Amino acid sequence: MAKPLPEDPFIRDLVLRAQRAQLSRRTMLKGAGVGAAALTLAACSTGAQDKPKPAEDISDTDKTVRWDNWALYLDVDDDGNYPSLEGFEKQTGIKATYTEAVDDNDTYYGKVKDQLKLGQDIGCDVVCLTDWMIARWIRFGYGQELDRTRMPNVESNLVDALKNVDFDPGRKISIPWQGGFAGIAWNKDEIPEGLTSVSDLWDPSLKGRVGVLSEMRDTMGCIMQDLGTQIDGNWGDAEFTAAIDVLQKQVTDGQIRNIKGNSYKEDLVNGDTLAAIVWSGDITQLNAEAGEHWDFAVPDKGGTLWNDNFIVPIGSGHKKNAEDLINYYYDPEVAAMVAAWVNYIPPVKGAKEAMMDLDPELADNQLIFPSDATLANTHLFRTLSAAEEQKYATQFQAILLGA
Amino acid sequence: MAFGAFATGTAREQGPRRKSRIALLLLLPGILYLMLFFLVPLVSLVLTSLQEPAPMGDIGEYQTAFKWENYVDVIGTYGEHILRSFIYAILATIFALLFSYPLAYFIGVKARRWPLVQNLLLVLVIAPFFISFLLRTLAWKSILSDEGVVISGLKALSLMAPDAHFTGTGAAVVFGLTYNFIPFMTLPLYSTLERLDTRLLEAGGDLYSKPSTTFFKVTIPLSMSGIVSGVLLTFIPAAGDYINASRNFLGGSGTAMIGNVIESNFLVTLNYPAAASLSIILMAVILVMVTVYVKRSGTEDLL
Repeated sequence: MAKPLPEDPFIRDLVLRAQRAQLSRRTMLKGAGVGAAALTLAACSTGAQDKPKPAEDISDTDKTVRWDNWALYLDVDDDGNYPSLEGFEKQTGIKATYTEAVDDNDTYYGKVKDQLKLGQDIGCDVVCLTDWMIARWIRFGYGQELDRTRMPNVESNLVDALKNVDFDPGRKISIPWQGGFAGIAWNKDEIPEGLTSVSDLWDPSLKGRVGVLSEMRDTMGCIMQDLGTQIDGNWGDAEFTAAIDVLQKQVTDGQIRNIKGNSYKEDLVNGDTLAAIVWSGDITQLNAEAGEHWDFAVPDKGGTLWNDNFIVPIGSGHKKNAEDLINYYYDPEVAAMVAAWVNYIPPVKGAKEAMMDLDPELADNQLIFPSDATLANTHLFRTLSAAEEQKYATQFQAILLGA
Repeated sequence: MAFGAFATGTAREQGPRRKSRIALLLLLPGILYLMLFFLVPLVSLVLTSLQEPAPMGDIGEYQTAFKWENYVDVIGTYGEHILRSFIYAILATIFALLFSYPLAYFIGVKARRWPLVQNLLLVLVIAPFFISFLLRTLAWKSILSDEGVVISGLKALSLMAPDAHFTGTGAAVVFGLTYNFIPFMTLPLYSTLERLDTRLLEAGGDLYSKPSTTFFKVTIPLSMSGIVSGVLLTFIPAAGDYINASRNFLGGSGTAMIGNVIESNFLVTLNYPAAASLSIILMAVILVMVTVYVKRSGTEDLL
């Protein structure tokens, strides 16, 4: 009779490997390292494996939920508390731990991927990541399937446009948290006449003072649309390469000074950058913090639209609590409370009406509650296949590294 | 071992020759530590550097193989970055040495008469350590920004072209590296110069040598162990540094060093074999350069 496999996925994996024990050249090579080295290898091995299994849900006995999110992405008061999250704790009795642990999709993935692969707890029960990273998690089976019947607010208030996405048909695993545009922004004091399209950034008068984002899909999405490509359509290598050539030329000529992630805001403030491809919500926040110096526009030929989405990591034992949390944030009043602070687009029906009571001026802000006309001019970057992702990311990184 | 170079060159005492179990026992924790946290990761790194993409694999999926072509590929693709890293590191080391030597000489030799001044100056050299390396680099970034006092002042004096800028250039990266590693250069120099016997300098003068000759024939050779330690402590981390050259700090898209390439391959494109082979190349080149340097500078006994 075979012994049952151990519970711990890491040990189970080791036992399974030992049972297989194929004495091929490859395993010999692995055995060449000292015993401890083999152990490390087993843990770090990146070869294709079976998808991890979801962890057992202990939500009923353990009323806690741990939420990893980006910086400045939840309403916060002067004492550093999160009012909306306190409301959640009061309403449900679930103790929530909020951590600004996501600095960047890639670095976060680099930090948790090995545990995810083994189905282990990554120290959070729900995390918000961008569409394309969510697509990768779903491909690898790193997200738990959510129970929509436990989330009536999501069922009724999720905006129609986001109910179905190509990487998660029917939104079974991911639920949108906030969305936004990438478009162009400029310093009103230095460029009073304003900008209308991405090609305006290539004007000689702005030489060395232009910035673009290190997020490939936003920068390339804007440039590709400027060249006339429909980014949510069926484009291929030729269209991408044409846009890469434009970017390469502007970087080589010194027109583009810098390609940055979140830290591009400092460059706008200190004046190194006068015009840039930026994220919409940042400009609203920046104007509030550092004086009304900047304007934002969706480029005339189109900007990009993206969403960050909740996902429950495969190793989390608090799926039900996480579902309660997601459900709570789909209450229009809560969504308006968050939107009033973070200034991104809430994916919640009725949030605009709730905002009317909270702050009528913000309810008219096109960047938070875009009109249909604005939305019609922004597009999602189509989901890439694994091979495309590798190829395009390498091309884009080559420019960032000045190769 | 190369670590011996960081000691300040006194003759080693001969230990007892007999094999001793106690000595072995005392060494055990150290050996285990090195095995676990140096040897195992190194073996794992070498194996990763030889991996090949898994057939039909998703992004970031690799399998064990013997794909030595990875090394050829990364040298072909990133040769420029490897070269740039070492040029920046060598420049930063030279500048740091030129800046630190007079400073260390002043603190260690000239300021001997005033112990208070000596201590105060040492504190000033060490004080930057109390603030995070990242914060200091970010501070320089805003000091040297286009609209900052320094650059706009230089432009007002026509010492810089109106459309020129400093951050994001190679010069800014070398500047940042030099600044950040000055304490690592100054402290070892100080610790040797502090014990410099000034009577030897007087003897040089008595023997009719010019001050400059005394400096090159007496002072420099006597402080060689400090120079070697300082150069190693500056050059090795500077070559692998990826903060100063990062686009988010003082660098731009034309200044990426090997550390930035490794970061990008490891985190963004998930090309682990390329990142691993670059790391191995970096280690190997540093090892060769340091060995040659230490041999040429005539301080092999330090190794």
